[in-house]
Amino acid sequence: MGSVPPPIGGDNHAHRHDHDDGGLADIELRVRALESLMIEKGYVDPAALDAIVETYETKIGPRNGARVVARSWADPAFRRWLNEDATAAIGSLGYSGRQGEHMTAVENTADVHNLVVCTLCSCYPWPVLGLPPVWYKSAPYRSRAVIDPRGVLAEFGLRLPASTKIRVWDSTAEIRYLVVPLRPAGTEGWSEERLAALVSRDSMVGAGLATDPASLAGEAAA
Amino acid sequence: MNGAQDLGGMMGFGPVAGEPEGEVFHADWEKRALALTIASGALGEWNIDMSRHARETLHPTDYLASSYYEVWIKGLEKLLVARELVTSEEIAASSVLHAPRPTSPPLAAADVAPTLAKGTPCDRPPQAPARFKVGQAVRTLNVNPSGHTRLPRYARGKRGRIERVHGVFIFPDANAHGLGPSAQWLYLVCFPASELWGREGDPALDVSIDAWESYLEGAAE
Repeated sequence: MGSVPPPIGGDNHAHRHDHDDGGLADIELRVRALESLMIEKGYVDPAALDAIVETYETKIGPRNGARVVARSWADPAFRRWLNEDATAAIGSLGYSGRQGEHMTAVENTADVHNLVVCTLCSCYPWPVLGLPPVWYKSAPYRSRAVIDPRGVLAEFGLRLPASTKIRVWDSTAEIRYLVVPLRPAGTEGWSEERLAALVSRDSMVGAGLATDPASLAGEAAA
Repeated sequence: MNGAQDLGGMMGFGPVAGEPEGEVFHADWEKRALALTIASGALGEWNIDMSRHARETLHPTDYLASSYYEVWIKGLEKLLVARELVTSEEIAASSVLHAPRPTSPPLAAADVAPTLAKGTPCDRPPQAPARFKVGQAVRTLNVNPSGHTRLPRYARGKRGRIERVHGVFIFPDANAHGLGPSAQWLYLVCFPASELWGREGDPALDVSIDAWESYLEGAAE
């Protein structure tokens, strides 16, 4: 766990030091030094830092959003609520707060595919999806999602027909967008728990589709 | 500001590299960077718009050559120095050289969950009616402010349509500079790709932004 993730602008290897010799990367030392300063000066409580990390490692992540989507698929009243007041509907499942204070749900349809980006920083609906993946915060995604979303989606393995309209939502304010992917065929009568297992993080950003249950059956048989 | 953070429409960064869903952090220092940023923010010494502005005012070369949590740490250092909570000398020396400045008490571990669950809502009660209505044609202003703004370059001077009226929200362009919330109506504005990108625009693509009222003017139908 001493690696240095790629820079926002992409991995050009120009200025990176992997420290294969086991040494600490500059940024690791820099963060460690700042943390010590802040603790010593009494501005932060180390136990609170641990609690924040634990929250985003174990409690707040994309399984929350998957439960929202599954409920929306299974419960027409919840679906209406989600479309009318996503913040309240999502809050009713216990997901609220930081970076999800003002939620909007956008449903994919047979004709329209939604994709969410933040070209200016990394706005992302934390209470339902957790912390954003590196690609969501990176220049390759932020630069191209608004001008060449079909090309971006193809890199995720998603090739949409030219007739499928794409709608890109650039999160330039404090509204946070959750994509509700299309419910796969062959899931009639499924429990919410089974449905939620079909909903990936990427599908709730719009960078993928819900998992086709036929592919799961194939895996089980293999 | 027209900084390196305003990436929409740029080219040449290469393909998007996906990653598995379970990878929350890629190094232990990233965990500490996230936690330090959140816990420091809870002191109430700055707001989210100031945080964003601290990051986007990194030199463009530094911004693009840094990983995201590196940008956060560099932005945090700037905020801490600006608020005189730590000094540049202390950061350089990695040791305490001055007595701490009085602040609100640090975020306690027991308060982490309720604080995160509460968040910081940015909407405010309307003081005046909204100037634009759903379906109306609008044009974004062609502006190039040197300070913080949430109107990306690719969507300036463009004709779009109001799709939703979100409500009244804190105005980042003022809030980032300590000028108070200056709340304004916020709209969802949708543009056809041809308006944004000309003949290269995908004919089956629409792009929307959330735009504050002062970013917009009425446009001919």
